[in-house]
Amino acid sequence: MRTIQFREAIAEAMSEEMRRDSSVYLMGEEVAEYNGAYKASKGMLDEFGPKRVLDTPITELGFSGIGIGSAMNGNRPIIEFMTFNFSLVGIDQIINNAAKMRQMSGGQFNIPIVFRGPTASAGQLGATHSQAFESWYANCPGLKVIVPSNPYDAKGLLKSAIRDDDPIIFMESEQMYSDKAEVPEGEYLLPIGIAEIKREGNDVTVVSFGKIIKEAIKAADTLEKEGISCEIIDLRTIRPLDKDPIIKSVKKTNRLVILEEAWPFGNISTEIAYQLQSKAFDHLDAPIEKINTADTPAPYSPALLSEWLPREEDVIKSIKKVLYR
Amino acid sequence: MSTATEITHYVVPFKLHRLEQGPNLQVKCTRDEAMKYYKQMRTIRVMETTASNLYKSKIIRGFCHLYSGQEAVAVGMEAAITLDDSVITAYRAHGWTYTRGVSVKGVLAELTGRHTGCALGKGGSMHMYGKNFYGGNGIVGAQIPLGAGIAFAHKYRDEDSVCVALYGDGAANQGQLFEAFNMAKLWDLPAIFVCENNGFGMGTSAERAAASTTYFSRGDYVPGIWVDGMDVLAVKEATRFAKSYALKNGPIILETATYRYHGHSMSDPGTSYRSRDEVQEVRQTRDPIGKFAELATSSGLLTKEEIKKMDDEIKKEVATAAEQAKTDPELPPEELYTFIYKNPPANTRVRGCDDTIWAATK
Repeated sequence: MRTIQFREAIAEAMSEEMRRDSSVYLMGEEVAEYNGAYKASKGMLDEFGPKRVLDTPITELGFSGIGIGSAMNGNRPIIEFMTFNFSLVGIDQIINNAAKMRQMSGGQFNIPIVFRGPTASAGQLGATHSQAFESWYANCPGLKVIVPSNPYDAKGLLKSAIRDDDPIIFMESEQMYSDKAEVPEGEYLLPIGIAEIKREGNDVTVVSFGKIIKEAIKAADTLEKEGISCEIIDLRTIRPLDKDPIIKSVKKTNRLVILEEAWPFGNISTEIAYQLQSKAFDHLDAPIEKINTADTPAPYSPALLSEWLPREEDVIKSIKKVLYR
Repeated sequence: MSTATEITHYVVPFKLHRLEQGPNLQVKCTRDEAMKYYKQMRTIRVMETTASNLYKSKIIRGFCHLYSGQEAVAVGMEAAITLDDSVITAYRAHGWTYTRGVSVKGVLAELTGRHTGCALGKGGSMHMYGKNFYGGNGIVGAQIPLGAGIAFAHKYRDEDSVCVALYGDGAANQGQLFEAFNMAKLWDLPAIFVCENNGFGMGTSAERAAASTTYFSRGDYVPGIWVDGMDVLAVKEATRFAKSYALKNGPIILETATYRYHGHSMSDPGTSYRSRDEVQEVRQTRDPIGKFAELATSSGLLTKEEIKKMDDEIKKEVATAAEQAKTDPELPPEELYTFIYKNPPANTRVRGCDDTIWAATK
């Protein structure tokens, strides 16, 4: 099978959906003539023209609102944030209009829109450019939040997201755009709201999502040599949360470690830990462990960044802790 | 007996920004149109007075922003657009909800939280919707980018429709307005941005909040028109001009000089930042309904008897609607969980207050 980059999977998903449905368009900073700040829309202006691939001024609140307004009136926009760090400038439109319109209007308007772009840290970018807001968006009813971890999932999930009738937050990573993986030619869709068992194991369940899941996989490889068998679950969709596979897995392994690149207070890991103790309390042989970034803004210096960002060693430490080893 | 079938009315001159030519200063009005405009404006006034009374009786709760005094804006603009055009407004939405085609009962029952309300009682005063009526928006100024987006979709499909996006003088200072103006102009979107200048953003007068109160010129590169917002015919003519302009050239701003009689919301008596005399003077000298009735009767377009007959009918209609709005049932509790997602993934459940309650959604 052919291998393509994550950014190519994103561009393919958007292009295929734009060929299929004339109401879909792409709007954002640098998406057209520059081909995307991270080249995730390469070639799309040439194919679809300036009516459907639009460069915006640097006004996130304004173009988030324009996207939502057009979605109320028949379009299916894809709005790219250069990074989700900048989505905070537009978050009022997302939370107060995109997420709530269907409920507030008693079902008269739904908002078929995808907000997509990279999330979380991407090297030494400092505090304002290294943030993960998955839990902020996932906190809000009405939104769906998707965070793929590889090119294959990214393409199948993004296509489903564009066809979905609800507002979707679709989060990528600057550090994944060059990742290559096998992606079949031709069309396929992956269902929203379904987690994937990435690796089967018996001793401990590790739940993660997005770019950081690579650290869990590395940890599992290392621990395998020590005779520790890890089951890894990739959430893929954060909201709605597919908790049943986690519960089922924990009933088998009796131990749970959650790895999430986000500040530790009140995040996705917290919710999963709550769900698990509520649904599988008697099956737990150890307290649930969660691994997050340090509870500080992201630092610039490499020494401090290394201390801030969870890595394979942190995952190994937590797994050994729940195994009492 | 009426003695005229059509009159020509001379409006207070428009003020223009970046326009060589403006709307006509002479506006014709037929007898049928006069009846329609009077009836719509009076219905809104009586509906709002009724809402005020229901609020005082604690049947309507929460925030309730009344449109009394500003009726000529909604009615005049509707007279120059069609129901294929789109409208989005701010939280002072009752009048527009009615002119867009929602019944008086649909408005009042929304205010009383009943399932016969235009948003099933889920929206309330600030969140009312209808066909080609995109709300009712609770966040000051947030409806303006939405309005630009609605106009974007009209243009995307090559339709001959415009979006009317309204905001108050308070919202006129929000940054996102200027973002929307910029993109609307860059892309020539068919949008009419309308500043309903009623003099106060809540309790702060326009002069205390805006470095420039000539709102029709604050779009800079977007042309603008000042219009007497207490004259339904002037508003109609300005809107006719603006729609034609917007379809050909892109966005335009209208500033409608108007006034609100009630406080900002029902919890504001509206007298700490302006005098009762000021309100009284506007009611006596500039009231959009009184002035229009005077014009229509003095010119022979309508008779006093016809006006009286309409008043009686409106009173009855609104009273009946209010009665139903008081007695219609609310949605049952399980409806709390509906309309959260349109495409919930299989087995998606919405949580209630505790972990024992997980409801299906649609």
